[in-house]
Amino acid sequence: MSLVLIAEQVLNGLQFGIMLFLMAAGLTLIFGVMGLINLAHGSLYMVGAFCAAAVAGATGSFLLALVAALAGAALAGAIVEMVVIRRLYERDHLDQVLATFALILIFSEGTRWIFGSFPLYLDVPSYLSGPVTLPGGIAYPVYRLALIVAGLLVALGLYLLISRTRIGIQIRAGENDREMIAALGVDIGRLYTIVFALGAALAGLAGALVGAIQSVQVGMGEPVLILAFVVIVIGGIGSIRGALIGALLVGLTNTLGGIFLPELMKLFMEPSAATSIGASLASMAIYILMAAVLILRPTGLFGARA
Amino acid sequence: MLKSLAAAASMLAILSGTAMAEPVKVGMITTLSGGGASLGVDTRDGFMLAVKQAGNEDLEVVIEDDQRKPDIAVQLADKMVQSDKVDVLTGIVWSNLAMAVVPSVTAQGKFYLSTNAAPSALAGKGCTPNYFSVSYQNDNLHEAAGAYAKDAGFKNSFILAPNYPAGKDSLAGFKRFYEGELAGEIYTKLGQTDYAAELAQIRASGADSIFFFLPGGMGISFLKQYADSGIDLPVVGPAFSFDQNILQAVGDAALGVKNTSQWNKDIDNETNKAFVESFQAEYDRLPSLYAAQGFDTANLLLSAMAKADVSDADAFRAALEEADFKSVRDKFKFGPNHHPIQDIYVREVVKEGDVYTNRIIGTALADRADAYAEECKM
Repeated sequence: MSLVLIAEQVLNGLQFGIMLFLMAAGLTLIFGVMGLINLAHGSLYMVGAFCAAAVAGATGSFLLALVAALAGAALAGAIVEMVVIRRLYERDHLDQVLATFALILIFSEGTRWIFGSFPLYLDVPSYLSGPVTLPGGIAYPVYRLALIVAGLLVALGLYLLISRTRIGIQIRAGENDREMIAALGVDIGRLYTIVFALGAALAGLAGALVGAIQSVQVGMGEPVLILAFVVIVIGGIGSIRGALIGALLVGLTNTLGGIFLPELMKLFMEPSAATSIGASLASMAIYILMAAVLILRPTGLFGARA
Repeated sequence: MLKSLAAAASMLAILSGTAMAEPVKVGMITTLSGGGASLGVDTRDGFMLAVKQAGNEDLEVVIEDDQRKPDIAVQLADKMVQSDKVDVLTGIVWSNLAMAVVPSVTAQGKFYLSTNAAPSALAGKGCTPNYFSVSYQNDNLHEAAGAYAKDAGFKNSFILAPNYPAGKDSLAGFKRFYEGELAGEIYTKLGQTDYAAELAQIRASGADSIFFFLPGGMGISFLKQYADSGIDLPVVGPAFSFDQNILQAVGDAALGVKNTSQWNKDIDNETNKAFVESFQAEYDRLPSLYAAQGFDTANLLLSAMAKADVSDADAFRAALEEADFKSVRDKFKFGPNHHPIQDIYVREVVKEGDVYTNRIIGTALADRADAYAEECKM
């Protein structure tokens, strides 16, 4: 196995991790600030992808499609927060899980009702298509490099938003003590709507960016949602920094595990059994990682509360 | 056009329907919601088109959505057998759901006509007299891809499929007819949507061709990412990733890809032409493989109803075995294990106007039965 191949796989792992981060950031923010388990986060990812596909189909512009994904998902998020989620903050987690699970079904069938049962078309814009040769002779798709850059920019933007702005201060204060900041005159209801819409917009952006190289179809969000939950458990619930580190860890483990575990197994057994056992082990790798992290740090890598 | 066709068909049904005395109730269990819905919707629409054209008032169809979940499919089957009192069940798309439903309903004396799923377990030792597959045996299209790879002179194929029973059957089916070396063999995760790592391996492996079985959204993702990776190798796969339903979502990335199927819209016979035309008129889209399979299944059932009473199970089974109906495929007959013996074609993805579709470029396997027929004792 050559160094070039390994370097390429590390890039793939990074790219996958960064996309997971966009999903996990919103999820962890919502959990951290409002204490809400939102299973419908994957549906917002799907909403973003469908908005992008519809707008790209109508206008042919990928940038407009991304704007539509952000706006569409944020709007859907804000409406859902005001109509449904708001009633759930005081309820226990089981009620939240049930209600947001119902939202998944409503979003899925609603999307199917509007767009039909068949997958939609969304492609990489022509200026980002095809491979580019990196130093060392790695041929790597330009679009995936763009995804890495876009994800890092979003991470930076989130960091600045949380640490440098007034709304960021309110969000951090809200995580610590919601009664106190309400008493200090912050409109907590409005803050919650903003945070939820922000998380939704990030999920929608991820859906649109990933939708261009995957399939835009009903139910596309749920597999990603499971991984995003693994990410926030590893990173520590409520921590954006934890979400970033956790997402990169999961992305790299998932990608590199899938490649190297079958190779590793081939040292001990015949190739076809090695492929099969290696693939099964690779599917488990991230959950083993999660278990290991939880044994060493029960609150996750950067988690404050149990 | 459609009206006159339907009228003609119903006239024919009246003329030939002298033996029909008892009504037949059909229970269709298929996937109508969630991610796999497009397959079930086409199965249903194809089936119901044939039912409508026949205009046979003795045929009643109950349709339920299995949500692609085996437990729901089992509940629906129980309900249909016990409270709806259906005589025939059909419609299941997925093999794991079929395995949960078929053995139990056939053991209760009901007929099961498969519109799609045909796992090896039901073709060999587990075959049963009341089970008929109208589509194929699951391995068939993969075997045909292997035969095509051999004929095309591929020497060093890279093969991949998801890590679940149908994926393993797929690679085994491909290798049954392919004779070259393997540059690599990978099982991906079921439901995986990112194939960057696999594509890097393919690039590094020195393969001269690729065979993949990644149904539904997995295939869309793979093809788009493949087109973007700059790898330029011949690609071959079974029809499932190149079906009418999903080609529009793949776009240019699929053009020129070879895939294997027992049906295509350009098969040149009257039944098929009329089917494609009337399906388009009725539903305003091109039919898929699943629609064609649904259509044939309904016509098989109607042909048996014209010959025997469903209450006389032996006579009805014999009528089904004759397969005396006009198939959209050129050749169709049942082998001893109630699976089709038919030609399997190689198709190429092309663009007709704005629509991506397939055209037949050759026959990969002629009069193909399946690898399990000998193990079937009934």
